[in-house]
Amino acid sequence: MNLTLKIWRQKGANDKGKMVDYKVTDISEHMSFLEMMDVLNEQLIAEGEEPVAFDHDCREGICGMCSMYINGEAHGPDRGITTCQLHMRMFNDGDTITIEPWRAKAFPVIKDLIVDRTSFERIQQAGGYISVNTSGNTQDANAIPISKHAADEAMDAATCIGCGACVATCKNSSAMLFVGAKVSQYALLPQGQVEAADRVKNMVAQMDLEGFGNCTNTGACEVECPKGISLTNIARMNREFLKANLKG
Amino acid sequence: MALSAIFLIFFLVMHLLINLLSVFNEGLFNEASHFMGTNPVIQFAMQPVLIFGVVYHFVMGFILEIQNRNARVVSYARNNGAANSTWMSRNMIYSGMFILIFLVIHFIDFWFPEMNTKYILGDMSGMHNGEFRYFEELQHKFVPIWRVALYVMGFVFLALHLLHGFNSAFQSVGANNKYTNGLKGFGKAYAILIPAGFIFIALFHHFNH
Ligand code: HEM
Ligand code: SF4
Ligand code: FES
Repeated sequence: MNLTLKIWRQKGANDKGKMVDYKVTDISEHMSFLEMMDVLNEQLIAEGEEPVAFDHDCREGICGMCSMYINGEAHGPDRGITTCQLHMRMFNDGDTITIEPWRAKAFPVIKDLIVDRTSFERIQQAGGYISVNTSGNTQDANAIPISKHAADEAMDAATCIGCGACVATCKNSSAMLFVGAKVSQYALLPQGQVEAADRVKNMVAQMDLEGFGNCTNTGACEVECPKGISLTNIARMNREFLKANLKG
Repeated sequence: MALSAIFLIFFLVMHLLINLLSVFNEGLFNEASHFMGTNPVIQFAMQPVLIFGVVYHFVMGFILEIQNRNARVVSYARNNGAANSTWMSRNMIYSGMFILIFLVIHFIDFWFPEMNTKYILGDMSGMHNGEFRYFEELQHKFVPIWRVALYVMGFVFLALHLLHGFNSAFQSVGANNKYTNGLKGFGKAYAILIPAGFIFIALFHHFNH
């Protein structure tokens, strides 16, 4: 199929940037969206132009790098997938596809479609860990009784890959789904209890400091999240936060 | 935000119940109005709390909106919000602003004249020509069709606001559990029935005066 692409081009963090039109031809419907981008970039290199910079790594939906806002949706029109898992068969011959970077104050553009997501890492560092005795006497996790239900819910929360689609899609650029998942994966397990109160307070404080917006429960994040992280995680974080602050 | 909203949700039920009396029983409505208007606990304890609740809610609403707008410096060239969220959830600030305009008019219609009669002119009797004045005044207000239309619009926006707001408030205070699905149904019913009740009252008095 033949496509018109409208892509955000920005030379660097301080460049103003603008949308630029490109044409690609003979795109197979079996290609992934990133393969289509590869075709475009080879074409640009052959023409002596600067290829479009975009993040990617695993190309199988586990690393969360491939951030692209496609036709007004994070990771494009399909559900439960990342951009590398988006197939070109979701589009039609002759389509115009708009491709933009994640937009949020806390995710500044580095170049073209690449954004800086280290704000997520700083949130994680603020409390997304547990203390484990590593002196050689580490307790076997299997020796701690954990209900199947709690284990399942913690695992579901832990499937968050930190891609940032939730922030990108949220009209408020809120990071609550990501932080809710990271708080929940520990809050549900006995190992997470020791630091529970500090964790939620510090992670929320860091989230606010980074300039993410506030959650108004539109639910857009849950719909666009490639890993199906549920809004119940945000409610759990709100509970944990209230609990931690009431305790003082 | 959520706590003030839940408070307002309770208040609306009270307000609707008292207003409904005006449809079924003129005498009861007059007595209830007189009680609400002259009881010192209601006038000097509950009323200030209510006013604070409303003001707090919309001031925080505006602050929230400004912070959230600032969290995205460059907006998307193309954004498909309808793909993942309801219109109501994305436009709370606009439905809220319309409710605020309505509230200003509603205060000019009922609250300011009440304050004037009672506390400036000092007439606490609630009487006019030997009879309770509340029902008469209410009916009189809904004669002009433009005011009825404005009230109906106000309540349509209130319904839109609550269709998202009711359940949003519970999620905000951390309540998302096995009751949530049931509560969602109840929230939808509340968001439609309560404003519909107010609309019914406005229309009723317009056509029955
Ligand atoms: C005075 C005018 C009003 C304004 C300007 C206003 C504005 C807002 C704003 C900006 C929000 C938060 C945005 C969002 O969740 O997307 C909100 C939430 C809400 N509002 Fe209002 N509002 C007003 C009146 C009311 C009234 C009269 C009620 C009724 C009972 C109400 C009920 C709610 C509820 C339940 C929420 C959800 C709270 C949450 O999720 O934490 N609002 N309002
Ligand atoms: S919650 Fe979902 S959308 Fe957000 S960072 Fe994690 S995987 Fe990505
Ligand atoms: S490249 Fe790893 S998730 Fe897409």
